[in-house]
Amino acid sequence: MDGEAGTASEKNTKPPVPHMTRRDAMLQLLRLGGVAAGAAGAGVWLSEHSLRPVPAQAEQARRDHRIAADAKLPQITVVQGGEPRALVQQALENLGGIRRFVSRQDVVVLKPNIAWDRTPEQAANTNPEVVAEVVRQCWQAGAKRVIVTDVSCNEPRRCFQRSGIQAAARAEGAEVILPDPELFREVDMGGVVLKSWPIFKPFLEADKIFNLPIAKHHGLVGATLGMKNWYGILGGERNRLHQQIHQSLADLASFMLPTVTLMDCYRVLLRNGPTGGNLEDVTLKKTMVAGTDPVAIDAYVAKAYWDLDPERLPYLQMAAARGLGTVDFAALGVKTSQLE
Amino acid sequence: MAGSRLPQWRRISQILFLVLFLALLVSTSLHSMIGTTSDIHVRGPVRLFFEWDPLVALTNALATRALYRGLLWSLVILLPTLFLGRFFCGWICPMGTLQHFVGNMPSEAKRGKQRIEANRYKRWQTIKYVVLIAGLVAAFFGSMAIGWLDPFSLLVRSIGLAILPALNFAVHAVLTPLENSHIAAIKATGGTIHALLQFLVLDLAQAHFAQGLVLGILFVAILAASLRITRLWCRSICPLGALLGAVSRWSVLGLHKDAESCDKCNRCLLHCQGGDDPIGGAPWRKAECLMCMNCVGSCPHGSLEFRFFRPVIEKNKEVASPDLGRRRTLTGLAAGAVVVPLMRANTGMGKSRNEKLLRPPGALDEPDFLSRCIRCGECMKVCPNNSLQPTLGQAGLEGLWTPTLVPRIGYCEPSCVLCSEVCPTGAIWQITPKEKGWVVDVGQQNQPIRLGTAFYDRGRCLPWAMAIDCIVCEEWCPVSPKAIYVEEAQVIDSAGNTKTLKQPRVDPSRCVGCGACEYACPLQDHPAVYVTSIGESRSPSSQILLNRK
Repeated sequence: MDGEAGTASEKNTKPPVPHMTRRDAMLQLLRLGGVAAGAAGAGVWLSEHSLRPVPAQAEQARRDHRIAADAKLPQITVVQGGEPRALVQQALENLGGIRRFVSRQDVVVLKPNIAWDRTPEQAANTNPEVVAEVVRQCWQAGAKRVIVTDVSCNEPRRCFQRSGIQAAARAEGAEVILPDPELFREVDMGGVVLKSWPIFKPFLEADKIFNLPIAKHHGLVGATLGMKNWYGILGGERNRLHQQIHQSLADLASFMLPTVTLMDCYRVLLRNGPTGGNLEDVTLKKTMVAGTDPVAIDAYVAKAYWDLDPERLPYLQMAAARGLGTVDFAALGVKTSQLE
Repeated sequence: MAGSRLPQWRRISQILFLVLFLALLVSTSLHSMIGTTSDIHVRGPVRLFFEWDPLVALTNALATRALYRGLLWSLVILLPTLFLGRFFCGWICPMGTLQHFVGNMPSEAKRGKQRIEANRYKRWQTIKYVVLIAGLVAAFFGSMAIGWLDPFSLLVRSIGLAILPALNFAVHAVLTPLENSHIAAIKATGGTIHALLQFLVLDLAQAHFAQGLVLGILFVAILAASLRITRLWCRSICPLGALLGAVSRWSVLGLHKDAESCDKCNRCLLHCQGGDDPIGGAPWRKAECLMCMNCVGSCPHGSLEFRFFRPVIEKNKEVASPDLGRRRTLTGLAAGAVVVPLMRANTGMGKSRNEKLLRPPGALDEPDFLSRCIRCGECMKVCPNNSLQPTLGQAGLEGLWTPTLVPRIGYCEPSCVLCSEVCPTGAIWQITPKEKGWVVDVGQQNQPIRLGTAFYDRGRCLPWAMAIDCIVCEEWCPVSPKAIYVEEAQVIDSAGNTKTLKQPRVDPSRCVGCGACEYACPLQDHPAVYVTSIGESRSPSSQILLNRK
């Protein structure tokens, strides 16, 4: 048999119909069979993988950034009467020096408050000179990386710039990281009310974490201090946290265990916080409260500027009950330095 | 073959201006300025193309009997056009360049003879003059509806509000899997490309705009039309092209056709951009010519040449003015004269203003606003919080695509005035943070600019309705003293326990209508505190208080 069957015997008849050879037919069947088998296989494989979507698994990422206690050194110190850099220098000296907190090759993350689109004079964000001085000292101690970051409330580019922190930290050579929405990881916080939350990655990848809050008035709690500063590690809908703010703060404090806390009280926003804006609400205190007991620091500042006793601040009681520190700062022996 | 290199020079010019345009558009956003805590301003001359636009300048002058800052620069385009013709359309206009590029793509519907026929002058090319006349008349009566069709408004609105946000999404969709790869090389490549794009075009966060899909499809459709008929938009609709065409009537530069050497090979028609009949035997349509020089470059006989000061005999053989006729002129006049009263007789501007129409800070009162806003979308592109959105019906049909603040998406940042800095026509009058008066120099005697007033829905508010602590709104309120004040109240929860909590209230004399409270409210779908336009300082009649500080 010839493939060209039906060869026209005459001109002008219908064009020849090309018939298929057995070989072509077999090949075509094989090809179709292959496609059919592939489709069936893929279909079965896909249907086996039809699982109801579940939210991303929260990972365990809690790290303890604290350092060993030293009985010879104070757990809380108050320095008064100096410019921001001098306050930092004296506070760190009182606590044993920067090398106690930062080892060579450490990745250090500094967490100032950069929440609002405000200038340093308005005292809604941590003083940029405080941040800059800590950056400088971290480099001196041989840190590998010094990162300055926060998850702002207002538009972050505005906050980082107008707070002056971006410029001051960069001038000292720090990496300033803006809260990129893609750099969050879902973390199991293991709290009473805070379970799974997105946390900004730099806070999860640090060897040492410095909490650099600023003391401010706050409508709901009375004052926003060191533990409230941890709001800035969270993404997601943190506007829900107010509903159980004390429990949330205690949960945050249990999750974030900082190496050291340096609370900026150089300028203090006494009213209309935490945003402020009006210079009439700002008072110059030229003070820094620092230490390794985050509960005692918050308790001290709440009492000093807002006359709030720990009874009025349930989150401090909760944190103390969890062994994170003591509300009785007086019992610790506050080391006080007067610079001028 | 004099001038045969001109099309190449034109191409270089087109590319340079397109790149300039896109660079300015992309940089129409918030950029940090290193080493300063001072106010944040727009960087670079982002309004440049609008300031060059004689159509914007002319309509702005007609509507406001004045010329907003910078628009005098349009003389840079208008005056040379008077002497040289529509060089702007062929050499500079990025909207023209994009269509030019698409029009050069191979297309089944536009080959050989079809293409030659499509490039002959058509009577429908006069539509754009009717559009122009109607737009000018409407402007005179106080509506800048022409902004729907101005080429730069069209471009910024389409690319800024649709194409770039879509690109942002696509880039992340492609790069995120790469960046999450376990293979180091792929991860690094993805990260590098991402960093590069982030630096060049992407914004910090994904922007979302109402009607982005519609704006994008319209834009793509306009470009795609060039596949069938070269520069269909330029030839038939573009009111700026029409204005420049009308102005080029007296230009001293024109096409010289050497009738003797022309053998009607049609090569000039194949590449003609304007549809102005450069071929021998037909009258050259001066107002349609985009000065692209393709005809000169493609003529194999050197029969075509652009010359200055040609003899009168030659000019008599061509059509210098738009081929409009009395009837079409009247149509344009009537359309412009009728459309504004019709729009104003609609609801929207008078006593029935939409409560959710919150204009940006610095915006003029509604009639003045609409007599200036060209719907270009610059303000929406630059807004760092993505707060400004193009309206659909909130401002009436007349206000389609004008900006409105949607606090649920983003509130107005207290010390930010970027939208007022980019507005090319003064619909949002340029203000300083100090004039805005929300944070800077509070306590001084300045009157803050107010966008509206916040109200509580006590049926939804947690402390009011559900005995739950909240007052996030009070925390976010940016003015000082805060416009949201709280009162401690004893409430009873569902278990019957007495609970003390803080219930928020608004002081309308302090509220500036920024929408931060609405933005921060945890009731995302339907906030328990929301801003409406009553009390906006731009409107003397839309007020609550008898005596407002």
